[in-house]
Amino acid sequence: MLWEVDVLSADSANDHAARAVVRGAADLGIVACTSARAVTAWLIEGELSRSDLERVAASLLTDPVTEQFTILKLTGGASSAPDAAGTPPAATLPFPLHVLPKPGVTDPAAQSVLEAMRLLGLEAVAVRSVKKYWLPELPRADAERLAWKLLASDAIHDVVVGPLPLRALSGGRPWAFTEAEVPLQGLDDGALAKLSRERCLALSPLELAAVRDHFATLGRAPLEIELETIAQTWSEHCCHKTLGSPIDHEGPDGAVRYDNLLKETVFAATREVREALGRGDWCVSVFRDNSGVVRFDGDHDICIKVETHNHPSAIEPYGGAATGLGGVIRDVLGTGLGAKPIANLDVFCVAAPDTPAADLPPGVIPPQRLLAGVVAGVRDYGNRMGIPTIAGAVAFHPGYLCNPLVFCGTVGIMPRNSAQTEVRKGDLVVVAGGRTGRDGIHGATFSSIELTSDSESQSGGSVQIGHAINEKVLVEFILEASRQRLFHAITDCGAGGLSSAVGEMGASLGAIVDLDQVPLKYEGLSATEVWISEAQERMVLAVAPADWEKLARIAADEGVEATAIGTFTGDCLIELKWQGKVAGALDCHFLHEGRPRQRLQSRYVPLPATAPAWSATTVSLVATLLELLAAPDVASKEWIIRQYDHEVQGCSVVKPLLGPGEGPADATVVRGVLGRDRGIALGVGLRHRIGPLDPWQMAAGGIIEAVANVVATGADPDRIALLDNFCWGDTRRPESLGTLVEACRACHDVAVDLGAPFVSGKDSLNNVFAWTDAAGKPRELSIPPTLLATALGQVDDVRRVVTPDLKRPGSRLVVIGLTRDDLAGSQLEALGVVTGGAVPKIDAPKCRETFRRLARAIRDGGILACHDVSDGGLLAAVAEMAIGGQLGATIDLGKVPTLLEGGQGQHADLTIAFAESPCRFVCEVDAASADRMGEWLEGIPWAWVGEVVTAPELTISGCFGADESVAIDRLARAWRSRQAST
Amino acid sequence: MLSPRVLVLRAPGTNCDHETVHAFERAGAIAKRIHVHALAEKPSLADDYQILCIPGGFSYGDDIASGRILALELKTRLGDLLARVRDRGGLVLGICNGFQVLMQTGMLVADPDGKPRASLAHNRSGQFTDRWIRLEAKPGKCVMLQGLDQPFDLPVAHGEGRFVTRSTADLEALSAAGQLVLRYATDAAGQPTNPNGSAGDVAGVCDPTGRVFGLMPHPERFLVATQHPSWNGRLDGDAFGAGLAIFASAVKAVS
Repeated sequence: MLWEVDVLSADSANDHAARAVVRGAADLGIVACTSARAVTAWLIEGELSRSDLERVAASLLTDPVTEQFTILKLTGGASSAPDAAGTPPAATLPFPLHVLPKPGVTDPAAQSVLEAMRLLGLEAVAVRSVKKYWLPELPRADAERLAWKLLASDAIHDVVVGPLPLRALSGGRPWAFTEAEVPLQGLDDGALAKLSRERCLALSPLELAAVRDHFATLGRAPLEIELETIAQTWSEHCCHKTLGSPIDHEGPDGAVRYDNLLKETVFAATREVREALGRGDWCVSVFRDNSGVVRFDGDHDICIKVETHNHPSAIEPYGGAATGLGGVIRDVLGTGLGAKPIANLDVFCVAAPDTPAADLPPGVIPPQRLLAGVVAGVRDYGNRMGIPTIAGAVAFHPGYLCNPLVFCGTVGIMPRNSAQTEVRKGDLVVVAGGRTGRDGIHGATFSSIELTSDSESQSGGSVQIGHAINEKVLVEFILEASRQRLFHAITDCGAGGLSSAVGEMGASLGAIVDLDQVPLKYEGLSATEVWISEAQERMVLAVAPADWEKLARIAADEGVEATAIGTFTGDCLIELKWQGKVAGALDCHFLHEGRPRQRLQSRYVPLPATAPAWSATTVSLVATLLELLAAPDVASKEWIIRQYDHEVQGCSVVKPLLGPGEGPADATVVRGVLGRDRGIALGVGLRHRIGPLDPWQMAAGGIIEAVANVVATGADPDRIALLDNFCWGDTRRPESLGTLVEACRACHDVAVDLGAPFVSGKDSLNNVFAWTDAAGKPRELSIPPTLLATALGQVDDVRRVVTPDLKRPGSRLVVIGLTRDDLAGSQLEALGVVTGGAVPKIDAPKCRETFRRLARAIRDGGILACHDVSDGGLLAAVAEMAIGGQLGATIDLGKVPTLLEGGQGQHADLTIAFAESPCRFVCEVDAASADRMGEWLEGIPWAWVGEVVTAPELTISGCFGADESVAIDRLARAWRSRQAST
Repeated sequence: MLSPRVLVLRAPGTNCDHETVHAFERAGAIAKRIHVHALAEKPSLADDYQILCIPGGFSYGDDIASGRILALELKTRLGDLLARVRDRGGLVLGICNGFQVLMQTGMLVADPDGKPRASLAHNRSGQFTDRWIRLEAKPGKCVMLQGLDQPFDLPVAHGEGRFVTRSTADLEALSAAGQLVLRYATDAAGQPTNPNGSAGDVAGVCDPTGRVFGLMPHPERFLVATQHPSWNGRLDGDAFGAGLAIFASAVKAVS
């Protein structure tokens, strides 16, 4: 029997969802939809009576004060009576619209109902959650448009207009074992390419030829499951195919030949820094495990990982971002013998929120809806995990229209001496956490393929939906099992699912896996699907048989399903079984070493420098400042920050918004351990506007920005770990690969010069979108070359950090660092005030000296407030400090240390005020400490430029007599003017 | 004298348990995390404790409504356990999700016939909100607010914290009974800080005995000055935060 319980808010004034529908309908021009009601409906199948359902509705599904319910019995069929959807809540709303998850899509709320019904002694066969909307009489086409544009996502939802034609929530049937061979013998390159495309393998003809030849030596064709395993393992996502390639590069410094780009640039920098540190090396485990591990205090190490989840988020922003965060949390949980996740960060790169709908290629989600979706995904997952989301950024650029970037990062902490792991022969292969369904089949290969306008329909199966609570209990289980040392190794089931997780853990030993033992969400999955499914919230552990019982007991106590599905054997063979029959077998050596590497060609020709061209219109400093503060990149992200719990775990010391005026922070700081004073500072740097101009300077600038952020807060500049996340366009083209090589070279040089090792990284390539425009012309859009640099800093004593908000009237302002004509790629350029100019250039050894000097001044207590100068330049930085502190300031641009080549008069003032020269800081200095500044900052450019005043006004004196002032309140209003909401 | 013992009850999805234990420890108690499954298997575990605290989080995911399933579990599997703690002179504290659970169990503001007179609904904004707000306590008989007679700051972080009553009469009756002991106040600039649209600016409620108390703000997140968003350069980093006083009052009352 199939029942429907409809829950409706008793007071329509509290129906937020309905209001959002009316608002959205108006935006879509559906004028008839002037009112609506939203219903939370539950489909419940089982041998249950109406009175059972009434009990479920009253004690589980409805709030007795604010909600009411009705119960329907669904009899299904197309011949449903008009009233089969129940009685409308108002005569003016006769029209029901249903949005429900497709069969098999994760439905956490329905799962909750199913389990909670057992507390009432009732057993349901299946439950599904439905969003039901009562609407005014609408043309069917309008209702469908409303559903698909506003309420539903094609990748995961079904939409039913009118009564639900259901009489059961169908379940699948068990899969019948079959062996599916994929003949490769005799296929030429063209045929192999076709096969790769059709099967969504993302393997090149060269790679498939290697597979063909390997199986020829075995005298048989590969089975589907074997071919899929190879495709997952050899995917760009799993093995840095491009960055690890041998490359012949032609650059400004002549020809360079790499045997492995990544090893010879990023990894090499880390090796050089560690060698220089010698006995003082504080890296513990880098580029090896699921995250990078460094020394923290006497008892603990900390680890960090930042991942991208770009392609899934482009298709289904909410699910894509949520599972992106879920995945990186599992990376930290799966580091060493398990680390406790203590902080999250998220960075989004999107197109401007006001991009006209007419400019959207087909299938592309409008940027504002996309951003709201990814924010909601991170919110709902991160908040439920009880991990504070404390750091992040949002960057806007038209190049991200079709390929938005979603970066999620997690910091973890673990006891010392638990970073090293080793799978032992005879260990059980244990899968723990969520059950396996068809979720995300082909995610690893999908993320390596470029998106096209019909990818929304093609790749829906690649999108996963998160179920945070499953991961939360998994964390509790793993941390307790780790404390008791009940497993030898652990990894998360991410891209490639079990095939990657077991494949990696068993790379040197081999394993035998009984795939029919893997717990399923529903019947019908084939052995191949079980093996490559990317169902979320699963971890794989290597467990000694003697510890299995204890481990299983802890799992049961925490409400986690843990199942032994195989054994690590020692015969270097991955052997897959289904009910005792061999379903596939792969040689570990071939799987991990057999991929043929292809030498790639890359080229980079620098763009010629351009002199700045100023717009003819004269603009005042204040008017420009107000406009800059409201620019998307600069404006307050409060509407996002407030949706994240950034206080849970109780360790936050520097929050993303701070001071009485709730101004912005540079980096955020958390205590590593509750009640102890050693802290972790987290900062990011992203110079995406420089990417198209100079990839070397883009990468270098991003790293310097990330480090400057943590140093400005009080982190030790000699203990900063870096992470790289490269997001690039089509690197199959030598010109595009050339910019990537230049960025890698920058990473090497800057890291070495700063003495800051890279400890982890990830790349996401082929962020290109192809479509055919209205005129039938093929079009293509690529993202700008983007490196997200993340700096993980350490603070000796969190009580000595400094924040950017101004503190005390009467104290003095200092600018540290040189201001040059660095206008190219600046926010001023984005406003159209100037075009061209110099690209900001990094002198990393000088930056290091500046960082060390500033850190000394902060450590000695001389600095009251400190802000890194970045987007919007000097005046934006001072304005943000004043907004946070709710105090006024004076600044004399003529006193700022500069090295200007061009521009006189007004242009010189604009340049000093808004140029984005790197490695500069504004500091507030206590009058009593003023005398010591010369000693602290010896050898680096700095100058007194103004004062902090009580009157809430910013007064700016220009070099050439300009004298302007503006109320802090006005600055704050401009900065807060972009509070988009969902 | 023996330190009082605190049972911090956790369920799948509880996520403020560690810092709540830490808060009680700082206030001088011995606090232990105990899983609701373990307690359901052996309810006598609770006998050793003077205070039972349900901390913040998303119990069972909160996908249906906040606190709904844990409240149902307490009612169906643990019967009158919370009432027994109260009746033997113990205290029950619910923070954020724990407050939502207590409201759903009917422990705080039920009719004599057990029907709830109030509930915690979705925030007026329709969104989860994390911000610092100002509070004013009228402790009255509420044991855990004793001594908090000056306005103080705490953070809130929730999506369903809007206090609603069945009717205005219910609001007035609860107020007259001295149960609406904690309210959102105006900040230094005179701006209201009610973050969710709660009726009567209600942020926390106690039961008629004053021994059961629930609140939406997170006192465990303001034990030391460095947790305040404006501490830097303004407060001594080692100074105590206002939240500690709530735990201290609880511990003192059962010592």
